[in-house]
Amino acid sequence: MKRILVTEDSATMRSLLISTIEACGDYEVVEAASGFEALRLLPREQIDLIITDINMPDINGLELISYVRKNSSYTHTPLFIISTEGREKDVEKGLSLGANEYLVKPISPARLQELIVKYIG
Amino acid sequence: METEMSDANDLTGKAVKDFLAEAEEILDHLCSDLGVMSDISEDGECNPDSLNSVFRGAHSLKGLAGMFGFTGVQELAHHLETLLDSLRLGKVKLGANVMTLLMDSLEALGSLVRNLADGGGEDPDVGQLVARIDRAVATPGESDSESLLSALGLPASMMNALTEYEEHRLLENVKKSRCIYSVLASFSLATFDQDLAELTESLKRSGEVISTLPSVGANIESSIDFELLYASAKGVDEIAALVTDSNATVRVLGAKPSAGQGTSQHVTVFQPETEEPAQISAPIDTAMTAKSMSRTVRVDIGKLDELMNIVGELVLSHSTINDISEKMRKEGYSTVLSELIKAAKGLERRLNELQKGVMEIRMIPVGQLYEKMGRIVRKISREQGKKVELKTFGADTELDKLIMEDISDPLMHIIRNAIDHGIEPPEERAAAGKEERGLISLSSYQKGNHVVIEIEDDGRGIAIDKVKRKAIEKGLISPADLLTDREAIDLIFLPGFSTSETVSEVSGRGVGMDVVKSNIAAVSGMVDVESIAGQGSRMTITLPITLAIIKALIIASADRYYALPITSVLESLMLEKKDILTVERKEVMQLRESTLPLLRLDGFFHPDAKRIESDSSFVVVVGVAEKRLGLVVDDLLGQQDIVIKTLGTMFEGLKGISGAADLGDQRTILVLDVSGIIHEVTKSGGQV
Repeated sequence: MKRILVTEDSATMRSLLISTIEACGDYEVVEAASGFEALRLLPREQIDLIITDINMPDINGLELISYVRKNSSYTHTPLFIISTEGREKDVEKGLSLGANEYLVKPISPARLQELIVKYIG
Repeated sequence: METEMSDANDLTGKAVKDFLAEAEEILDHLCSDLGVMSDISEDGECNPDSLNSVFRGAHSLKGLAGMFGFTGVQELAHHLETLLDSLRLGKVKLGANVMTLLMDSLEALGSLVRNLADGGGEDPDVGQLVARIDRAVATPGESDSESLLSALGLPASMMNALTEYEEHRLLENVKKSRCIYSVLASFSLATFDQDLAELTESLKRSGEVISTLPSVGANIESSIDFELLYASAKGVDEIAALVTDSNATVRVLGAKPSAGQGTSQHVTVFQPETEEPAQISAPIDTAMTAKSMSRTVRVDIGKLDELMNIVGELVLSHSTINDISEKMRKEGYSTVLSELIKAAKGLERRLNELQKGVMEIRMIPVGQLYEKMGRIVRKISREQGKKVELKTFGADTELDKLIMEDISDPLMHIIRNAIDHGIEPPEERAAAGKEERGLISLSSYQKGNHVVIEIEDDGRGIAIDKVKRKAIEKGLISPADLLTDREAIDLIFLPGFSTSETVSEVSGRGVGMDVVKSNIAAVSGMVDVESIAGQGSRMTITLPITLAIIKALIIASADRYYALPITSVLESLMLEKKDILTVERKEVMQLRESTLPLLRLDGFFHPDAKRIESDSSFVVVVGVAEKRLGLVVDDLLGQQDIVIKTLGTMFEGLKGISGAADLGDQRTILVLDVSGIIHEVTKSGGQV
């Protein structure tokens, strides 16, 4: 079973993402309510896909991504950014740090499901 | 894999409710942050932290509203965010007018969200307010920021991870000719958040922490490194001295820019509005009230504890008044007395209402636990390749919030065990003539002063032979011990007994039933197991409804009074001498079909004192977790509400006493610690 880490500080948004993910297939969702929580989870868990928000209270999503890409177990793990910021500069920044996809909120559940299937089947 | 927990419609309704609750919370935060900001803005400088916090609030609200298609909220939040972003980035100055505009926007957002909560739909007409905001946001002027930043020569990996805001803060600090440092520290993965907070705190006293970049530590499993981008007017040696506690290293980044460079940034001072009064479109205006839409208040539970203590004291004062009137009756003040008694009765009624009211505030429905358990069932059954259905009953049964929190982990482990060991794989179930889908039912109900939670599965039941064999293997019992089936089942609660060889994934580590038991005992709860081979098991957890004020049974033993928490008392009986049997030099009695070990309370506290034999005494059957014990006492003096006070550190190691309580007639009595007593008895070799 593939495991997906969802890092998002809004509880409502998180549960929406989880139900979207669970509706599209047999995936196990690991939740992190903050960047710190994700930092703590990542070395211990086996994660196949990372989804992260950008604006979070402790460390921002960009900082999380730079950590993920430096961690040898996650160098090639698919990573999606889901953010309210959709300016060209933001997208460019996220992708240059190593995100595979950049989705701008409000996201379409169908699009997210499509991408999940595309990356991890 | 499927559960009956939720269907699609339900989810949408719940999601919207969640949205409204979270939106309200965000707005509350925004209002208080804005308050802080307005205090500071008097002297022109605004705290970047609180401004950033307001920005993030508006940002989250925009994102949430967008998800749900609430366009009015989304649009207004979006423009508000733009204004805040400009403030944050220094493109707009925070003056009285901007402050008013911010306040107005928050109020409008509040009324939009309230309208949604009332089911009235939102009023999308936020045009006027949006126009005001747009006017306030200036078009950003050209700035020399790029060149200033590139002069710093930061590595691209670091620059890329900075948000626009962080970039701006960096620039601001460079312009103020502060030194930019990189502070490198390595922390243990287990404690990094506190360690980092400490480091950040000490750094903040002499400068600004701009960003926190995590990177992989020397040992990926146990450590994590952080590189902090830090600006300060102080020299490198001073900064290094600041962080010696954290073992951090400090490095100067880039060349120090010459003073005065880039001080002329384009800043628009927002001009006062003249043509438009500070108001927004009418429909929103009328809905503008300070009324909270969800009609709930978030309160620190500590405050409720305090309140409960005061109620407890009041109850005691009341019983003092009762005692005085009793004394007066004996001494013959009959005329005023009846009035006093009447007044005291009225007071008692009000007190009961008050006590009940305060108690109810602490109560939350167990349905909140069920939701969590539903997810766990789905997760574990998937892991194990088993088919499990979770049925829940009595979701609206209420329980003290603190107890609820403490019971969540034990419940999770019981459910995990039920799926791990109880429910068979589908093939095995089919072969046994059962439905392929296993059933776990979770039910709660109130029973007197207790809440009972039952977890029942229709799996293979507990294999008593296997349990006995395992206990012998582990040296927990000797092969010669003759145990009834009941006693054998209770072996699973012994420390060191765990039939599971694999480490559970849900909790990260395997937790035995002994931990479950002690967690339940910690909230004065009891746990019972019943199991029929081939048909399933049932765990029954009995919990007190609340821990704040407890009902106690007052008992007498050797002329001393003690209070016994009623939540630990199962029943009390008259005890005649002939009922006492002796087995292996221990006193026991036959209670229905089981043997109950007895303990004489006077003997427990005064082992050397001479025993005064009385012809009739009482036995109070007490229980903690799965253990039962009969306390032999001289007299029962009835029930009373008590508030337990601790005895202080001087009496800490005292066995069998959990505290003291006031009886209201100036008498203080000791409160018995049932689990401590049972523990002592078990330690001294007794079977309980």
